[in-house]
Amino acid sequence: MSEQAVLEVRGLTRRFGLRTAVRDVAFELWPGEVLGIVGESGSGKTTLLNCIGGRLPADHGSVMYRTAAGYSVDMLALPEAERRKLLRTEWGFVHQNPRDGLRLDVSAGGNVGERLMALGHRHYGRLRQAAVDWLEHVEIETARVDDPPRAFSGGMQQRLQIARNLVTHPRVVLMDEPTGGLDVSVQARLLDLLRRLVREIGVSAVIVTHDLGVARLLADRLLVMKGGEVVEGGLTDRLLDDPHHPYTQLLVSSALSV
Amino acid sequence: MYVAVKGGERAIANAHAWLAEERRGDPDVPELSIAQIREQQRLAVDRVMTEGSLYDPDLAALALKQARGDQVEAIFLLRAYRTTLPRFGSSLPLDTGGMCVRRRVSAIFKDVPGGQVLGPTFDYTHRLLDFALAAEGDPAPAPRADAPLAETLPGVIDVLNREGLIETEAASDNALPPPDLTREPLRFPAARAMRLQNLARGDEGFLLALGYSTQRGYGRNHPFAGEIRYGEVAVSFVPPELGFEIELGDIELTECQMVNQFAGSKNEPPQFTRGYGVSFGHGERKAMSMALVDRALRAAELGEETDSPAQDAEFVLYHSDNVEAQGFVQHLKLPHYVDFQSELNVVRGMRRAAAEAAEAALAEAAE
Amino acid sequence: MNHTSALAGEEGYNFAFLDEQTKRMIRRAILKAVAIPGHQIPFGSREMPLSYGWGTGGIQLTAAVIGRDDTLKVIDQGADDTTNAVSIRGFFRRMTGVRTTERTDEATVVQTRHRIPETPLSEGQIIVYQVPIPEPLRWLEPRESETRKMHGLAEYGAMHVKLYEDIVRYGRIETAYDYPVLVNGRYLMRPSPIPKFDNPKMDRMPALQLFGAGREKRIYAVPPYTEVKSLDFEDHPFEVERWEQSCALCGSNDSFLDEIVTDDQGGHAFVCSDTDYCTRRRAAGHEGEGMPEGYLQPSEAAEVLHHPPSALRAPSPSGGRDSDLPPEGEGGAQRRKGDASSGTAFRAGLRP
Repeated sequence: MSEQAVLEVRGLTRRFGLRTAVRDVAFELWPGEVLGIVGESGSGKTTLLNCIGGRLPADHGSVMYRTAAGYSVDMLALPEAERRKLLRTEWGFVHQNPRDGLRLDVSAGGNVGERLMALGHRHYGRLRQAAVDWLEHVEIETARVDDPPRAFSGGMQQRLQIARNLVTHPRVVLMDEPTGGLDVSVQARLLDLLRRLVREIGVSAVIVTHDLGVARLLADRLLVMKGGEVVEGGLTDRLLDDPHHPYTQLLVSSALSV
Repeated sequence: MYVAVKGGERAIANAHAWLAEERRGDPDVPELSIAQIREQQRLAVDRVMTEGSLYDPDLAALALKQARGDQVEAIFLLRAYRTTLPRFGSSLPLDTGGMCVRRRVSAIFKDVPGGQVLGPTFDYTHRLLDFALAAEGDPAPAPRADAPLAETLPGVIDVLNREGLIETEAASDNALPPPDLTREPLRFPAARAMRLQNLARGDEGFLLALGYSTQRGYGRNHPFAGEIRYGEVAVSFVPPELGFEIELGDIELTECQMVNQFAGSKNEPPQFTRGYGVSFGHGERKAMSMALVDRALRAAELGEETDSPAQDAEFVLYHSDNVEAQGFVQHLKLPHYVDFQSELNVVRGMRRAAAEAAEAALAEAAE
Repeated sequence: MNHTSALAGEEGYNFAFLDEQTKRMIRRAILKAVAIPGHQIPFGSREMPLSYGWGTGGIQLTAAVIGRDDTLKVIDQGADDTTNAVSIRGFFRRMTGVRTTERTDEATVVQTRHRIPETPLSEGQIIVYQVPIPEPLRWLEPRESETRKMHGLAEYGAMHVKLYEDIVRYGRIETAYDYPVLVNGRYLMRPSPIPKFDNPKMDRMPALQLFGAGREKRIYAVPPYTEVKSLDFEDHPFEVERWEQSCALCGSNDSFLDEIVTDDQGGHAFVCSDTDYCTRRRAAGHEGEGMPEGYLQPSEAAEVLHHPPSALRAPSPSGGRDSDLPPEGEGGAQRRKGDASSGTAFRAGLRP
């Protein structure tokens, strides 16, 4: 295969005052791949994700992205207009707290349809139908299409947030602890759903999680972060079964249930 | 009634005439003079000058008289008058270190060069109504010091900052000419000079509440009153046609230097930060509130979280102006019946549709 | 300074209150606004002697464009004699001395709040809208820094979400006034709170449309013959409200109607919101079904001076020119002397 990486991160660094939250991080993301970033809280993984997703400015580094049209662009250096356009068409961002990624007082259908409307879709009936289809996809009762997500359970809100992101068939989705804050049984269902959707749509994803169980289920490959740096990386099974770095060993041994 | 919402010019003129009568009050009571207001309601005059952005005690006193003592209305009058004044340029930065001090206190050092000067303050008065004031009469003269104060008292912070523990003001904040908020619109991100102007004109009650909120935990910044000073300071101006500095006169000013929690950054080792507040005349509550809010608004540039109202520049700066706020709140008194008619049509239409649907359902059930 | 150039206006003040520098600044903003239809131009809004929210943006625009040869009409809610319209018209008469009118077709400048006149505007006329909140995206995003970006990038998807939600809730778009429009296919614009009934009048209007928001310090414009499209969905097209009733005075069934409560028994009648339009229709012989007793009747077209000041006035004998001025010497004139004294003269009097 002469595949090219869809995302190439190089030398990414971000400081807060005197503290360096992310130091010189580099990795590639391949088409259809799910990359997990693990580490304990404060290790810099969420900051890294926010820098890649343009939610926080990075101090140094580049995020080269291969667009659907086949161009390679540095997301960090791109003019804002183009960057935002890519972010809302070819990228998705799933927040840990679905309240940050949803309009809570707008109906589920409106939430799903927003990206389509931004792309110029102007037929109410078809927009609503697209929303119904997506609710089905993410296993939300389609009768709830006109209800605002304020009244949804945490798991439903998270699934709705995922549908809202995937409706434009993005090529890269960044997820920040997508199962955090959910009950274990709800987590399991969401994980199944994510696995299925990722395979069906062929999206590439970067998932930040502190939960090695989630990482094992979803990720093809893992990066382990500590103190803002990547200390180890590799295929998920290899890394979890045969961790090399002492920190990874500690992380794996402290998560016995995996 | 219908006619009540419409009114001709005559109704307006009559209302104004009535207002003028009310303003005068009982004609058997002697009328207030501008000088009386200026001299005896001085703190009201000071606030009107500060938020009216015009240092003129006589005009501020007149505005208070015309506004029947309503401060926001008086500020509005002064501001509208100010619009008609030609603008010659901007003065040189005031040298408050050279202030002829009437009051100067610092809460961060027990003693300071030149001493703590209490001056005319309410601070340690017991707030008991003084019934003797109900009668007329002059107070006994205040005791005089044996020796006068030093001509000038240098700023506490600058004198005691040899170690550089407290940040010095960035030179870029003093770039000339300063922006003029009354000539150009506020834009974001707003530079500190613009923010300070906005706060100086801002409503005292609003700033007081915001400053207070930072103390209660909505954006804490650990303030210490580094120095509060009140006195007279000279205003200087360089007329372009002369090319050298001339003194225009003295104004009374209150200044507050707040010293706040330390911060470090990529370029700076940890040091205390500052917040600044100022008002015309004697206005310590305003100056201190302003300093707290100024510091809160610097949160972003100091790399702090910005999740409290006082740290949100758009929220604070867009809502601080009481002339803007009073206008927009009170414009609800203007007729809105066209909009309301549109809404009426909508609600009626919706109720009709709902009733028809219910009827149809009923008919269906009956069949 | 420019004070000496005051011509027909109030002594001590420049023509139309604002100094010439300020007018030039506003005119530059207007030119920018005309060049980029629908785009909000920040301007150095001045503090006016009328309250923010009461038309300071419109007043500054009018002051910047009005000249001695102009004829001014001021309406609020479509009527020439609502209190705020009277107040603003009085301000300009005092500060400019220009001719004022109630006739839409006679005016060269029409300042309005909440309505567009029913009589179509024509080339050479300027309509000035008073705008409380200029930002159409404000309900979605309170932050100016963010809405400016959204305009810059034409990210208007969220605006359609609002309309989508209307349909979800009510089965159709129920935004009744301040209905968002897209100008010249590019900028999303708030038409000020006019009823959506008036939106179609903005589209390709031959007159120049200027919008002023004093408190928010923004000016925007729609040049003559510019496309103004009300947002909608293909399957839920934009439509305007219609009344089952017609005007009780002039019988019009295609103008915007005000509902008048006529008694405390739930009685009500409908009359044109546009008083000039109604008056002229009656003058041309059109008649409605009539109002309850005690109110103006369709036939009383020319003799209503005994009537309380109201929108139900008929044209004055002078052909629509203002006739509701109190004679000089009444309460109003006395007051004028007080606050009209120029600052300098007054200060000279105060100072020893």
